Amino acid sequence: MKSFSFTAIATVAERELIRYWRDKPRIVSTMFQPLMFLFIFGSGLQSTLSRGSFGIDFLQFMYPGILGMSIMGVAFFSTISTVWDREFGFLKEILVAPVSRTCIALGKMTGAAVIASLQGVVLLGIAPFIGVRLHWLAMPGLYFYMVLLAFAVAGVGLFIASMVRTIENFSVIMNLLVFPMFFLSGAFFPLTAVPRWMTVLSSLDPLSYGVDAMRQVLLTGQVPFVVLSRLVVRPVPADLALLLAFAVVFLFSAVIAFDKRN
Amino acid sequence: MISFEDMETLIRVKGLTKKFGELTAVDHVSFEVGRGEIFGFLGPNGAGKSTTIAMLTTLLAPTAGEAFINGFSVLKDRDDVRRSIGLVFQDPSLDDRLTAEENLRFHARLYGVPGADYQKRMREVLELVELWDRRDHIVKTFSGGMKRRLEIARGLIHYPRLLFLDEPTIGLDPQTRNHLWTYVLELKRTHGMTIFMTTHYMQEAEYCDRIAVIDNGRIVALDTPAELKKQVGEDVISVRTPDQAGFRAELKAKFGLEAREAGEELEISAAGGEEFLPQLLHEIDTRIQAAVLREPTLDDVFIKLTGKKIREAESSALDRMRAHRHGRRMRV
Repeated sequence: MKSFSFTAIATVAERELIRYWRDKPRIVSTMFQPLMFLFIFGSGLQSTLSRGSFGIDFLQFMYPGILGMSIMGVAFFSTISTVWDREFGFLKEILVAPVSRTCIALGKMTGAAVIASLQGVVLLGIAPFIGVRLHWLAMPGLYFYMVLLAFAVAGVGLFIASMVRTIENFSVIMNLLVFPMFFLSGAFFPLTAVPRWMTVLSSLDPLSYGVDAMRQVLLTGQVPFVVLSRLVVRPVPADLALLLAFAVVFLFSAVIAFDKRN
Repeated sequence: MISFEDMETLIRVKGLTKKFGELTAVDHVSFEVGRGEIFGFLGPNGAGKSTTIAMLTTLLAPTAGEAFINGFSVLKDRDDVRRSIGLVFQDPSLDDRLTAEENLRFHARLYGVPGADYQKRMREVLELVELWDRRDHIVKTFSGGMKRRLEIARGLIHYPRLLFLDEPTIGLDPQTRNHLWTYVLELKRTHGMTIFMTTHYMQEAEYCDRIAVIDNGRIVALDTPAELKKQVGEDVISVRTPDQAGFRAELKAKFGLEAREAGEELEISAAGGEEFLPQLLHEIDTRIQAAVLREPTLDDVFIKLTGKKIREAESSALDRMRAHRHGRRMRV
């Protein structure tokens, strides 16, 4: 019945970008937050953990986790616009348009992914200045997984946004999810030597796939294979497949939830 | 003959019904709207006007009945219906952090307006509502009237066959309201635009070519404003008197008529008011400070049809909605 339209996806995404661009405090905070994490955690933890049993520099270990976390934060936060649209009536304008809900959801997710990856560019750019060793060949791979992770997280955010009525509710649920997702992601410690329950929970956390993949992309060639194999959970292709599956499942869950609620 | 009529009928509604649990919001409504017509749904809040619009614009699925817009079924051809219509919602639906032009561009792209036509159309619709100079301004800085005008421009940019206006002037001051009507009438005159609108303002209903009076989800009358008023048949005389009780008693005794309260004054409906008024003044002994004769308004039509003023109907409809706690819907 409904046509798939790239124009519609681009239009919805473009609006997200315009809104982001006009919201200067949001730009500042999305850029500043990950830097803060890198400096504070990086320098603070490095001194205590540098003699640990990782066999690698802690900053090198944590950098992919910080990438993942800031991408997640931005992507999640971007989907709040859907709740905003509902509160301020604009959602009606979108939903009555002769465009499929899938295109609208994809547009929202694309917008969130683009915004998140803008921040990714900044984080990649500053890496050398804060002492992260980053081979330029690893850049495209890191960037690719940041975008994919942003897409998957935006799917989760959109699903939540399609279920809640108010921005307050959305914020509550987001806060409830963000911290567990962060701590279970393997950003701070390897998930290879944790209790069984944590392994199970982590395997449900899309952030853990992203961090796992980016860590391998960054560290391959930098540390001996034996060291790396102690830090990673699964092969990169498996992370890739899981991220894709996550994005698709939540995309359609969000679309179905929208149809149900409206 | 029949096929010709088919072409000219832009809205065809048969037995349209919507139930929310126990509450029947729209009850077997049937009507047709022809090309170039301004068709009004007049009734109090909660009478079922917005629910009807929501069904006609595919936002809400009917419980029973059917509706065709521009020849397309609201059940089966939703995208075709959506492309055929422009819609101005009752509540604001602009992105107020975008500029006027950006709001239009968003809409035009989703509705598949060809890129080559966009600039021309954008200018055309913005000039129509006199917002061309403000096209690069953020909508947040607009007044309520300007936002409404922009919404109308947006509803037109994909060249719809018909325009739906749900309480288009609600919350606007009288001057802006009149202004808005200038555009609407201009649209009808120059583009032959068909317009379906809802209102609970009697004065606005006067602009319509035909009106359906709706109460408790049912159409209780459907005709031109002039014909509807003719149905009332009687003129209205308003009387101001210091002794309302005395006046009423005398009126009852001498003419067998009841007067009803209308603010500070009493109103009497009487056929042939021009002859009746002198007679009344002559025969009533109670002091009369002022007496005015007027022709029936749509307000009188509503009273005659439903036995209540539209204001009273409104509060009872609201009670009905409150009683039905889970009936709140239609939030898209």
